Amino acid sequence: MSQSESHDGSVDAPLLQIENLTKVFHIRQGFASQDFHAVDDASIIIDSDKPEIFAVVGESGSGKTTLAKMVLGMESATHGILRYKDRVINDISRKEMKTWFYREVQPVFQDPFAAFSPLKRIDSYLYETAQNYKMVADKKETPRYVNEVLSGVGLTLAEIAGRYPNELSGGQAQRVAIARALITKPSLIVADEPVSMLDASLRMSIVNMFRKLKEENKVSVIYITHDLATAYYTGDRIAVMLRGWIVEMGPTERVLGNPLHPYTQNLKTSIPNIRSDAAWDEKIDLAVIETDEYTRTGCKFAGRCPAVMDICHDNVPPTLMHEGRSVRCFLYDEEVDAAKKKALTPAAV
Amino acid sequence: MGTIIETNNLRAYYITKAYGVERTVKAVDDITLRIQEGEVYGIAGESGCGKSTLLRILLGAYQPPLTVVGGEVIYHLDGEEMNAADMSEEQQRDLKWRTISYIPQGSMHVLNPVRRIRDTFHDFISAHRDVTKKESFNITGEYLRDLGLPEKVMASYPHQLSGGMRQRVTIALATILWPKLIFADEPTTALDVVVQRGVIQMLKDVQQKEGSTLVLITHDIGVHANLADRIGILYAGKLVEEADAKTILENPRHPYTRYLIESLPSLDSREERLAIPGRPPALDRPPSGCRFHERCPLAQEVCKTVEPNLIEIEPKHFTACHVVEEELNVAV
Repeated sequence: MSQSESHDGSVDAPLLQIENLTKVFHIRQGFASQDFHAVDDASIIIDSDKPEIFAVVGESGSGKTTLAKMVLGMESATHGILRYKDRVINDISRKEMKTWFYREVQPVFQDPFAAFSPLKRIDSYLYETAQNYKMVADKKETPRYVNEVLSGVGLTLAEIAGRYPNELSGGQAQRVAIARALITKPSLIVADEPVSMLDASLRMSIVNMFRKLKEENKVSVIYITHDLATAYYTGDRIAVMLRGWIVEMGPTERVLGNPLHPYTQNLKTSIPNIRSDAAWDEKIDLAVIETDEYTRTGCKFAGRCPAVMDICHDNVPPTLMHEGRSVRCFLYDEEVDAAKKKALTPAAV
Repeated sequence: MGTIIETNNLRAYYITKAYGVERTVKAVDDITLRIQEGEVYGIAGESGCGKSTLLRILLGAYQPPLTVVGGEVIYHLDGEEMNAADMSEEQQRDLKWRTISYIPQGSMHVLNPVRRIRDTFHDFISAHRDVTKKESFNITGEYLRDLGLPEKVMASYPHQLSGGMRQRVTIALATILWPKLIFADEPTTALDVVVQRGVIQMLKDVQQKEGSTLVLITHDIGVHANLADRIGILYAGKLVEEADAKTILENPRHPYTRYLIESLPSLDSREERLAIPGRPPALDRPPSGCRFHERCPLAQEVCKTVEPNLIEIEPKHFTACHVVEEELNVAV
């Protein structure tokens, strides 16, 4: 697949540039209104010359989907920089969104059966996308082209031709959804929880496919998930989100191999491990009311952090570089008195 | 400790007839289970293998087209033996929630969105016991405190709670009358790992406090590993393997169970893991012989024609596989 040149010809611009990106929602309760930072000061750069799988993990309500929507141009940013190939996504005209942007950036959503109309044959989506984006010069060539794309996701046109979505299994439907995204030969796929509706046994086939797409088609993937195991398995880099913040970001092997932020450590120890007898002993605290954590003045994790210090309650921790990844925590701030830091004993880390 | 619920050669089919075309989906086919009092029994399998159908039959909450065509479900409650098929509607209603309870999957759809949590609890308790509002608030408050849920929850509306808290409130609601037998259908699916851990913790607490029996249905082997005492693996409406959790996880014998366990990614390695080839068969025309033979790497001629029996290959470890059976015969 040809890597299409950057729109304005510059080669050095990153594929996706996110800097200090913030999205604020206003919640009104009677006369009171409250600001709600769904994504707060996020910075991510994805290079154009080296395709990668960038995993975004976090619990529900951590701002993962809002981030994805902004990247897809479906939600406008409150402030911060959001550029795709050096173009500000919010400023792209509607026409160009259709003719250029959605050719370059394609989504894959959680529920494949919600993505397709039950009354429409599933192959028609592939034909229509191919024709609307003029992917083939000759209309007669469309089936051949569609078949070619389908073979990339392990399906053939004969298998799905004339079928309705309900006639496909969840895994097959999700593959067709990915094939539909691939029709336009995109450079970036934003996949929002693409495997969480699927059985564990089917997950691997989809996740393996993302790996293959990266290697063979040079497509970068933003892989949003709450499943740490598949994020570790596929992701080259990973960002851990908590209540709108990116609390830890870096190469997957470093971040999940040796997590620094107490929240990441908490996540890691919470993965059910079937290969040991180690069932969880210590109890963990869960958030009670989501908005309480969002509107916290200090660190968002202070309420349930095992290593919480006084400073965490009222001050926002800085994002620091530590051991080859960025981490947003006072524990790694050298200016904070070492005596106050409780030694973290990351069990099973 | 005895058996609390058993099924004998249970067969439950979805039988539909439209425009003269009859279709029978064999969702539960010849399943014999003995679930012991006080244990956590896990049922695992891919979607479409009959897990939820089995649960519906066990709960007695089914209606046509789902029909029990053979076998029986027997409850052993309060020293009495009751055949589920013989019970009147009144008896069933009396049993539900008080003795037999059910934790559903989507907690968002369970709680009434326009009522505070405590009112939902009151509705629930007052349907089974003669209590005033104040009494039921007291019972609820005490129970939630016992389970470590903050009291704040009581006055909240469902949408104000986080997903994990909502699911835990649902569990509290389903268990507040101290049922002896609890069924949970995918209680942690679609929750993230931290919340999942909290929910599992709570299920364990509830189960251990009163020594109730928990039947846990989920496709997530990781959840079974942390909760279940015994695990039964369903494939295409059949029980293909059953043993205690440790044996299933460490020494699975049926090729399908092996696949299920080996395909799970973990943080131990990033080596490529293979998905199970193919897809589960359609149950209106299940494959002949062993239902797994089309996807099985070990399949032999005999597997295509003869249905394997569930045999005890070592004490309390049952597998239905010709290849395993043969190995066993050679060894003897």
